[in-house]
Amino acid sequence: MFDYTYLPSPNLIPSLVEMMLKIMFIFTMNMGVFAPVLGWVERKQSALMQDRIGANRADIFGFTLFGLLHIASDALKLLVKEDFIPRGADKPLHYLAPFIAVVPALVAFAVIPFGGKYMLWGHEANLVIADLNVGMLYIFAVASLATYGAVIGGWASNNSWSLLGGLRVGAQMLSYEVAMGLTLVGIFMVYGSLQLTTIGMAQENFFRWGIFLQPLGFILFIACALAENKRTPFDIPEAESELIAGYFTEYSGLKFAMFWMAEFLEMVTIAAVLVALFFGGWHIPFITHQGLIDAMGHLFGPNFGAIAAMLIHAAVFWIKVVAWIVILMLIRWSLPRFRFDQVMRLGWKIVLPLALMNIVLTGLIILAVR
Amino acid sequence: MENKNRLDLNTELMVLNMGPSHPATHGTVRFFLKLDGEKVVHMETEIGYLHRGFEKHCENGTWTQAFPFTDRLNYCSAPQNNVAYALAVEKLLGVTDKVPPRAVYIRTIMCELSRMADHYTNLGAATLELGALTAFIYFVEARELTWDLIESVCGARLTSNYIRVGGLASDLPEGFAARVKEVFAKNRVFWDEFDKLLTHNRIFLDRMRDTGGISRADAISYAFTGPCLRAAGVEYDVRKAFPYLAYRDVDFDIPIGTTGDNFDRYLVRMEEIKQSMRIVEQCLLQLPSGPININDASVRNPSKEDGKTYMESMIFHFKNTIEGIQVPKGEAYVATEGTNGEVGFYLVSQGGGKPWKCRVRPPCFALTQAIGHMCTGHYLSDIIPTFDMINLIGGECDR
Repeated sequence: MFDYTYLPSPNLIPSLVEMMLKIMFIFTMNMGVFAPVLGWVERKQSALMQDRIGANRADIFGFTLFGLLHIASDALKLLVKEDFIPRGADKPLHYLAPFIAVVPALVAFAVIPFGGKYMLWGHEANLVIADLNVGMLYIFAVASLATYGAVIGGWASNNSWSLLGGLRVGAQMLSYEVAMGLTLVGIFMVYGSLQLTTIGMAQENFFRWGIFLQPLGFILFIACALAENKRTPFDIPEAESELIAGYFTEYSGLKFAMFWMAEFLEMVTIAAVLVALFFGGWHIPFITHQGLIDAMGHLFGPNFGAIAAMLIHAAVFWIKVVAWIVILMLIRWSLPRFRFDQVMRLGWKIVLPLALMNIVLTGLIILAVR
Repeated sequence: MENKNRLDLNTELMVLNMGPSHPATHGTVRFFLKLDGEKVVHMETEIGYLHRGFEKHCENGTWTQAFPFTDRLNYCSAPQNNVAYALAVEKLLGVTDKVPPRAVYIRTIMCELSRMADHYTNLGAATLELGALTAFIYFVEARELTWDLIESVCGARLTSNYIRVGGLASDLPEGFAARVKEVFAKNRVFWDEFDKLLTHNRIFLDRMRDTGGISRADAISYAFTGPCLRAAGVEYDVRKAFPYLAYRDVDFDIPIGTTGDNFDRYLVRMEEIKQSMRIVEQCLLQLPSGPININDASVRNPSKEDGKTYMESMIFHFKNTIEGIQVPKGEAYVATEGTNGEVGFYLVSQGGGKPWKCRVRPPCFALTQAIGHMCTGHYLSDIIPTFDMINLIGGECDR
């Protein structure tokens, strides 16, 4: 049957405006804020951890803005760099690979809610781009597409190191996708939904946050998410001391920047998924969704109150995301890197059985509670 | 290849050329690998990319002019090379016992300080290549502090050029003992931090343990020396076996491993850092006063004042500079315990002011030849920690 809700309705214009605004917001947040700024954050945070000063040289008339201008200088440098394609490389695929890597990282964000539902002048605004009822399945599907980018990039470069990197990516991502799917089954059982907005609303009560209901699932998911993100300790596909740069050894200029950006965007996505599933999404602890809207409504009137509540919720969500990014970076800068077979062993022999156990345990507890 | 259950698929070995300019092959060395998947089936090592003709250079200068060259052998612990060369020349001259005790003790202190700095560099580089960047920076900071001490003595951090035949370039600076105390207190804090960051780190353990191992017998037959030999369980240290400098008078232990794998090498090096601190502290306590140079103007240049006051001193100063110190005919080999193992100088003199032949016995040449033996059958990733723990120094190996 055709779903008639997607047909043009009388409030088509507000819906369209709302959709455009949301897409623009997420796109600006990801491409405009996170992708470039995270490069700076990574430099500065690692510098802080390692007792260094970090990037502080790029300046305009002597103003360095805490090294933030390095973003601009990096972008400029990458733009004017020679776009090198090695001899014997598969040109079309070599071109395509970075795009395949970066697009999934961007579009995965579509189903993650960064706020709840708010009534504005009779129009209901839902702070998620696509409120799919198969939300998490969509994220899994899109995330597995990202594997192709790396594998194709590794294969098309006509370089042994790239090929090894590509093969490592393939094996690692496949293994951890299986485990990652299973680690989240517990969450779906607890909240009874795959839809991220539903899961988000279910975490209104502080003690019903995912971290409290699924502690084991949370730890396992973090391990899988780090592996999917291909950052230390799971950065074996691009281990610079072994494979030079792994699958993007032969990339330069903007195409290299796209792989780089994909990595950061994936990190943002992972942090957002963590927040949406385990850390109460946009909710402030001990304040209900409707409670905040009502409180704001008393202060600013119903419509502007809803807008205020919306802004507060979105801010809370992004603060949580940033906090998680900082934690992910802490892990990245603290730990050494696994060996290939050790990563595989961890995935198949430890994380996967534990994830299955988590499902059984969750099921038993749900049965007992009922 | 050995897997009998494998389907009859057409698989080929992958031929891979690792280096000479690969991020992990610092010191410029080339590995020629044949890989079965990720497993190393065959490995060949090619050295010589940093050959600078050190030994030939030495023959073209006077005996004293070779010191700056020796700095550039193992540049992470330059004073040790200085000392080894000076001891060999002194043996040829027959003045080994006439070197003043203060000079001997200061030489010991410099040797041990540079051993610490070298171990810090080596372990730091190893953690860096295993991906633990933060630990690397901590190691570098500890090394900086140690290098500050060396700098305060001789003015240079890396290539010290501090030791002379029959003495030293200069005495210890004022308040050196207090400075050492201060730096060692900080270094001990750092040492505990490394221990916490690495020794009990599961990922680090997994990467280091059971990789790059070598048996006791193999280690001996490959002529291993230094920490790698001791990690394999052989109790051989030149400082204990054939004591030189002041090592007879100080109390220290030499750590011994059991398995000879990379983790044991790491542990041995960590312990040696502590032992070096012990030696330096004891040397500073026992440090005799007196001159730092041999009282023989034909070996060590007289002081500026003497040179300007006494005719004979001035003549020797002139002759030492123009002709070089006169070393009698003969040959000598002196072995010292460098950071990586036995650093030996074999010198031949035909009389006159220049060495007729200078040959160095670098420890990492022997270690590097075994790397294929240690890595074959292991994973590609295992080459990294193994190569790091071998600590190939291009300047020393290729000379």
